[in-house]
Amino acid sequence: MVKGMQSGAEAPAPSAPTAKTGRPPRGAALAQLLDSGVAVLRRKLSAGELGSLPVVLVLAAVWITFQSLNASFLSPRNLSNLSVDIVGTGLIAVGIVFVLLIGELDLSVGSISGLAAAVFAVLNVNHGVPEWLALIIAILAGTLAGTVQGYSVAKTRVPAFVVTLAGLLTFNGLMLYILGTSGTVNLDENGLVAELTSHYFTHDAAAYGVAAVATGLVFLVSHQDRRRRMAMGMPHRSFRGVVTRTAFLAAVAFTAAYLLNRFQGLPLALLIFLVVVAGLDIVLRRTHYGRQVYALGGSIEAARRASLNVTGVQTAVLAVSGTMAAIGGLFLASRITSVSQGAGSGLLLLNAIAAAVIGGTSLFGGRGTTWSAVLGMLVIQSIASGMVITDTPTAVQFMITGGVLFAAVVIDALARRSQEAHGRA
Amino acid sequence: MPSPPLLALRGVCKRFGVVEVLTDIELEIRAGQVVALLGDNGAGKSTLVKVISGVTPADRGVIEWEGRPVQIRRPHDARDLGIATVYQDLALCGNLDVVGNLFLGQEVRRYGFLDEVEMERRTSLLLERLTRGVPDLRAPVVSLSSGQRQTVAIARSLLGDPRILLLDEPTAALGFEQTSEVLDLVDRLRDRGLGVLLISHNMGDVKALADRAAVLRLGRNNGFFDVNTASQEQIIASITGATENVPRRMAHREAGW
Repeated sequence: MVKGMQSGAEAPAPSAPTAKTGRPPRGAALAQLLDSGVAVLRRKLSAGELGSLPVVLVLAAVWITFQSLNASFLSPRNLSNLSVDIVGTGLIAVGIVFVLLIGELDLSVGSISGLAAAVFAVLNVNHGVPEWLALIIAILAGTLAGTVQGYSVAKTRVPAFVVTLAGLLTFNGLMLYILGTSGTVNLDENGLVAELTSHYFTHDAAAYGVAAVATGLVFLVSHQDRRRRMAMGMPHRSFRGVVTRTAFLAAVAFTAAYLLNRFQGLPLALLIFLVVVAGLDIVLRRTHYGRQVYALGGSIEAARRASLNVTGVQTAVLAVSGTMAAIGGLFLASRITSVSQGAGSGLLLLNAIAAAVIGGTSLFGGRGTTWSAVLGMLVIQSIASGMVITDTPTAVQFMITGGVLFAAVVIDALARRSQEAHGRA
Repeated sequence: MPSPPLLALRGVCKRFGVVEVLTDIELEIRAGQVVALLGDNGAGKSTLVKVISGVTPADRGVIEWEGRPVQIRRPHDARDLGIATVYQDLALCGNLDVVGNLFLGQEVRRYGFLDEVEMERRTSLLLERLTRGVPDLRAPVVSLSSGQRQTVAIARSLLGDPRILLLDEPTAALGFEQTSEVLDLVDRLRDRGLGVLLISHNMGDVKALADRAAVLRLGRNNGFFDVNTASQEQIIASITGATENVPRRMAHREAGW
C-alpha cells in the first residue's frame, strides 16, 4: 500500500539538490539528505503538488484514533480482513481514477459491477457454463458496457456523467432482468469466484517473497534509471537516495508481509489488487496511452491540436472503468458468495468515487495515480471497520467519511488554485 | 521563374454555418522569409492559421506545398508536411511537465514504454539553444511564468524540424524583455531558412521583423506590402479599411511576387 507514496514521489523532479554532492562525513551527510528532502517537500507544497501526503496523514490519524479506542484494531486479524475488504470496491475505484483523470465522472460503475456478477451467477449456476468461461463473459460484459458509453460520450460530446447516469439505470434494469424472479443466486462455496477472496497463501515464504520481488524490481528500475542519466550527464538521484527510497519501501512491504503471515498469510485478493494497481500505474505513467489520458485531462483542445486520438482515448477510458467495475463486482460477489437484486446498489458507487478522490485524484482531471484508489479505500474501510469494532452507529460512520471526503475535495481545489497562483507569479 | 514558394494558398474559403469567415484568400510563404499577417479583430487571422495547421480544414481552394497541391485535413497532415504552429492560447497541457508537453503526441519510446530519460535530454538541449532561463523540466507547465510557457510552446513546435512556423500573437502576453527574446528567436529561425507566418497586433514587431505583410479585412485579402518600403500609414490604412479599393488590384499582383 505505501508503494503508492513511493511511486507518487518518484514522478516529479529527479533534479533534487542531492544530485551532485560529493561524499561528506556521515552525520553531515544525513543532515544534508534531510535538508534536501525538506527543501523538495517545501517546493512541492508551495507549488500545490501535495500528492498522497494528505491521505497518508489522514490514514495515520484514523489508525491511531481507533487503536487508542480499541487495541484490537491494528491486530493482524483485523488488518488482514481490512486488506481483503478493500479489494472489491478498490478495483472499481481504480477504474474511476482513469475517468477522473480525463476530467469526467462515471456513475454507472455500481450497476455494471452488479450486472457482471449477475451475468456470472446466472451463466454458471443456472446454465451450467464452466466457471472460467462465465468469468470471462462477465468481465467482457463490463468492457462492452463501458465501451458503448465511452463511444457515445466521445461522439455526442455529452458530459460522461449524463451518459453514465442513463447507464446506471439501464444496466441496473438489465441486471434485474437477467436475475429474473429468482432474486438471489448462491455461488458455489468452493468455486473459482469464491476462492478469489477466500484463498490465502498460507506459507510464510509467499508474502515475504512478494515483498522481496516488489522491492527488488523498484530498486532495479530506479538504479537503471540513475545509471542511464549519469551516462548521459543529466541530473540524477544520488545512490544514497535510491537506497533510502528502496529501504523505506522494503520496510513497509516486509512489515505488511509479517503482519499478514501472523494471521492467515497473503490473501490472493490483495495480491491481485496490488498487481492490477501497479500494472495500470505503469500503463498510465509510462506508456503513450497513459500520456494521452493525462493530456486529455489537462486540456482537451491541446490534445486535439497535438493530433491525439481523442475519441479513441475517451472510449478506452470508459471501457477500462467498465472492465474494472465488472472485476470489482465479481470480487464483491465472491466475498458474500451470492448475487442478489441489491448487488451494485447502495453506497458502492459513492464509496468508489470517494476512495479515488480521498486518495488524491483530482476532480478537475489530469492529476492522480491508481495508487490513490488503494490509499483512499484504506481510509474508507478503516473508518468502517473501526466503527464496527468500537460499536459506533452507522450514522456517525457516514458523517465521518463525508467529512473526510469534503476535506479531500477542499484540499484538491486549494492545491489547484495554489498551482495556478504559482504560475502567475 | 524562381522556385515555387514553400507554401501557397489560392482562393481558400472557410465558412462556419452561414458565416463566411474567409473568402478567396491568397497567401505565399517562402523559405527564409517572415510574412506578417495583419488585420483587425475578427478579420480571420486565427481562422487562417487553423486552416493551414489543419485544425479546421478549408472548405474550398487550393493549398500548394513547394508548387504541388496538397490536402491538409488534420493537424497530423500539416505536421507531416513540416508546418508547425504556436497558437495564441499556446495549447499546452497545464498538468503535464515541460518534457511531456514538448513530446505530446510524438513521444520517444524504448521497449514500448516512454523513454523519459531520452526525452528529457533532447528537451534540455533544445531549450538551452532557445533561451537562457531554462525552466525546471519536471515542473507542471501550469506553474511556469507566461514567458516560459511561450518558450515551451515554441520549443515544441520546433521539435520535428519544421520548414514553416505559424506564430499566432507570440508576444501578446509578454513583457518587454521576453518579447525581444522571442523576436530574436524568430530572427534566428529565419536565418536558418524557415518560413515564418507571424500574426501580430504590434506594428513595432512587424516593422522590426517582417519582410512582407499581408493584410486581411473582413475575411478577404486587403493588400500585400513590402515592409521595408511601405509606410506604416499605408499598412494601417489597409487594416482599418480606409483604402477599400486596394484589395482587388493588389490581390492580382500577388501572383507575380
